[in-house]
Amino acid sequence: MSGDLKIKVRGLCKSFGRKVVLNDLDLDVPKGQSLVVIGGSGSGKSVLIKCIIGLMKPEKGSIEIDGQEVLGMSAAEREEVMRKFGMLFQGGALFDSLPVWENVAFGLIAGRGAKRREAKEIALRKLGAVGLSPEVGELYPAELSGGMQKRVSLARAIAAEPEIIFFDEPTTGLDPIMSQVINELIKKCVDDLGATALSITHDMHSLRVIADRAAMIYDGRIIWNGDAGEIDHSGNPYVEQFVQGRSEGPIKMPVRHL
Amino acid sequence: MPLLQPLGRTFLGGLEAIGRVALFTLRAVLMAVQPPYYPRLILKQMIEIGYYSLPVVGMTAIFTGMVLALQTYTGFSRFNAETAIPNVVVISITRELGPVLAGLMVAGRIGAAMAAELGTMRVTEQIDALTTLSTNPFKYLIAPRLIAGLTMLPVLVAVADVIGIFGGYLVSIYKLGFNPGTYLANTVEFVEFLDIFSGLVKAGVFGFIISLMGCYHGFSSRGGAQGVGKATTNAVVTASILILISNYIVTELFFSR
Repeated sequence: MSGDLKIKVRGLCKSFGRKVVLNDLDLDVPKGQSLVVIGGSGSGKSVLIKCIIGLMKPEKGSIEIDGQEVLGMSAAEREEVMRKFGMLFQGGALFDSLPVWENVAFGLIAGRGAKRREAKEIALRKLGAVGLSPEVGELYPAELSGGMQKRVSLARAIAAEPEIIFFDEPTTGLDPIMSQVINELIKKCVDDLGATALSITHDMHSLRVIADRAAMIYDGRIIWNGDAGEIDHSGNPYVEQFVQGRSEGPIKMPVRHL
Repeated sequence: MPLLQPLGRTFLGGLEAIGRVALFTLRAVLMAVQPPYYPRLILKQMIEIGYYSLPVVGMTAIFTGMVLALQTYTGFSRFNAETAIPNVVVISITRELGPVLAGLMVAGRIGAAMAAELGTMRVTEQIDALTTLSTNPFKYLIAPRLIAGLTMLPVLVAVADVIGIFGGYLVSIYKLGFNPGTYLANTVEFVEFLDIFSGLVKAGVFGFIISLMGCYHGFSSRGGAQGVGKATTNAVVTASILILISNYIVTELFFSR
């Protein structure tokens, strides 16, 4: 089974002080599939993705990428694994001191030592793939709208043609039309590259467009996972409450009365 | 007991902070000497620190030199020792005032800018993005700033020394009525290599401290705009205090008998 898995997480634990965020979490991401993890705010989605990428260190557990344990790797080995990754951050995380094309080409120039001219050509092609003209490449991130910034961030995530792409709340802060544009672009880019994708979101519409498989995180654990099409009939009361957006159910939100 | 608890907590917190800074410094220095290097970024930081700080450092130096000549004259004229003014000006500027005042001015200008820039990059996940793009943030962000600080402060201080001495010269010649030739001859004759060299060594140490504190506080900032503001303040305050402390240590090393 491990041979078919691109990412395998077992018994992952992470806490901040006394607050336990990930509690013995298990997760499998099959090769070539798009898995979307849903969950409420503060449920540990972002921490999960940051632990897998290596931006945070879990206290316990195991994370395998292509069957290779990545926790405890040396910095050089970790950098090698990192070359398989692309990531779209929630806020875009574009470098505001660099023009758009250099943002997209950054991983090629700084990370892989590509020549600037060649990297620029690739960057402009990738910008075209997300529907942005070459003129946009000369602008700075601050001159772009939120939707355009997300598209540039997507172009940057796919520029080095990674094997695994992570999407952190890809549609947060966008209007419904732009959200749909981004969702369709994500679907197209992941399919074109044949990449494995792991996304975290609380946008159900996004899940329906981009997911092959879905999982729900609650209280630091994966409480359900299955095919994306099954999510409306999961039989799990937590998933049903989340999918239907009900305030009543097993998930309690601490709300103080005025 | 209630009195001892906060005292102990503060003491342990202080030790923890020193440990964190020491580890950060060690990691930064190790990364700075390992490839890949980013010459384009080093040059950019050198221009930012060296060239753009020139006006503020120059202004500080010229007025310091002028005031120094004026004040020394007021004091020394009581003992008929006015001829010692060029000596006092050149020694004070090269050994102490040039490096310390330039260091403090650059700490305010560059230390704050570094902390604000890196702090904003931290809270907007740009530093995380660097890591995901196979780029080590220590090599890409910290190393160029440390190298630029270490190399450009001595250059700035060398310029500040010349401007400061010139400030003293202007006041001495045009206000106090010194003979220009005698003033310059006294200055050149009296100054020693060690006076200038010790000042430039101090400048290198101060440049390293300014960049290190700017990078450390910016890199470690948390919690949005408030965190960035706090990081900026801390960068300037700690750099200024460390400049004054290290100034004493370097002076001891050079001139203690």
